[in-house]
Amino acid sequence: MAAQQQLLKVENVSRVFGGLKAVSDVNLEIADGELVGLIGPNGAGKTTLFNLLTGVYEPSEGNIAFNGTRVNGLKPYQITKRGAARTFQNIRLFSDMTVLENVMVAYHMHATHGLFSSILRLPTHFKGEADMKVKALEFLKIFKLEGKADEVAKNLPYGEQRRLEIARALAAKPKLLLLDEPAAGMNPQETTDLMNLIRWIRDEFKITILLIEHDMGLVMGVCERIYVLDRGQMIASGTPEQIRANQKVIEAYLGQEV
Amino acid sequence: MNKRFFLGVAISLVFYGVIQALITGEVLNDSYVDTLVIMGVNIILAVSLNLINGFTGQFSIGHAGFMSIGAYVSAILTTNEGYSFPLALLCGCLAAAVAGLIIGLPTLRLKGDYLAIATLGFGEIIRIVWLNNDYVGGASGLNGIERVTDWTWTFFLVLITVVVIQNIVKSSHGRALIAIRENEIAAESMGVNVTRYKVIAFVVGAFFAGMAGAISAHYFYGIAPNSFNFMKSFEILVFVVLGGLGSTTGVIVGTILLTLLFTYLQDFPEVRMIIYSLILILTMIFRPKGLLGSVDVSKFFTKKGGASKDGGTTTTP
Repeated sequence: MAAQQQLLKVENVSRVFGGLKAVSDVNLEIADGELVGLIGPNGAGKTTLFNLLTGVYEPSEGNIAFNGTRVNGLKPYQITKRGAARTFQNIRLFSDMTVLENVMVAYHMHATHGLFSSILRLPTHFKGEADMKVKALEFLKIFKLEGKADEVAKNLPYGEQRRLEIARALAAKPKLLLLDEPAAGMNPQETTDLMNLIRWIRDEFKITILLIEHDMGLVMGVCERIYVLDRGQMIASGTPEQIRANQKVIEAYLGQEV
Repeated sequence: MNKRFFLGVAISLVFYGVIQALITGEVLNDSYVDTLVIMGVNIILAVSLNLINGFTGQFSIGHAGFMSIGAYVSAILTTNEGYSFPLALLCGCLAAAVAGLIIGLPTLRLKGDYLAIATLGFGEIIRIVWLNNDYVGGASGLNGIERVTDWTWTFFLVLITVVVIQNIVKSSHGRALIAIRENEIAAESMGVNVTRYKVIAFVVGAFFAGMAGAISAHYFYGIAPNSFNFMKSFEILVFVVLGGLGSTTGVIVGTILLTLLFTYLQDFPEVRMIIYSLILILTMIFRPKGLLGSVDVSKFFTKKGGASKDGGTTTTP
């Protein structure tokens, strides 16, 4: 653990909406290769923290360092280019595009052909497009979606839409993958599959994962370390066992021992 | 992909040849040629506005403003400065594109209705600038512009417009634009520089609107500020919405049909606007996604019944 590099470092970050301090003085550190969970009751500020990390919001105070460089104030696409990709609590696919096109959009920032090359249909355009398609298809295969490549994304069943969103985020080749309630709306079987998928992704792609989740089984089962947020404040962090035994957490969130 | 492209170009050239032969053989008289040129100008306007409204999902209704910039700049250059038409055409397009950049950078932060109002206001401002400027003839506009454009000019400029816009749309850059329309936050989170691409769509759209303005100025001998009022912008918007937002084929078919309709209705001036409005209302009721809806002719060339029926460039406005 000690030899591992610090990938994400959040220092004293706050975000104020009018009079409401949605996230207040939060500290968080994630090392390379970790699988970390972020839990907390409804309205605790989990998604706000995610939005701060991915540049959707700018922190009112504090510092966010990703891979050693300060990223607060950067736009979401700039942060994605630096290697942090995310999924959304309420699925945000490009619903009228096909499954394949959804994944291909994530490759756009790695595109080798410029706009003029496409307008003039230069050889670089055809090569770039073909490369992208091959890579995207490979990705769909990994997520067992290759049979649905030409299907319009909004016609996929719910579980597959969630999978596609994760596939799309991974196609951006992130170092850090942020999953916002990936198991929301899934049945227990799908949740179990998802748990295995998440662990497998981390090992296969050698990336770091931070996930928000309400499903305690999933969080406790899959995460190595857990942060607990309550009313905008980080009240605890530690291994699943420590969190389970933490009195503050029990009071704030779990209500009783799990 | 290459094969399909050349097939399309070949079909268009045959079409051009047939019409040109009919014009040379005097089967089609001048009033038909007028209609064809108007049609071509309208297609350029509609296809370029479709890039902004249909594909990128940014609701802009100031297209007549960009058109007027192309018209005025090119007309001034040919009439007062003695430029050759191709050069003046290019300058007109570039001037419109620059205006698109200047307008786009601040206004594209706005969304939906607000953007529509801002672009509408911009179009009116441009018109009033022409109206109050004596150098460009004030309210009576510029007259005595030499007729340079004809069916041939119009056809090939339409072809260039359609090819360029289709080539943008059917590429990674086009997918970035459509992704912005589908879900702006997700697009930005997937690494698409949303502002940059919105501005690109706006600038390219303005460029071709300027082209349409230059063609029409050099066909109809004169231009006046009032032909670029917000009714003109709405007319272009109607072509796009009626043809089908986000479907180039649909927009072209819709523009052709509406231009024809408008031309024939000119014989009945009393009821013209009533019939026109009725047709629009009926289309919106029975074909809410546009005349051709999600149908894209290019699909018939690529896949033979492979993809799902509503695949490709469908839109939810």
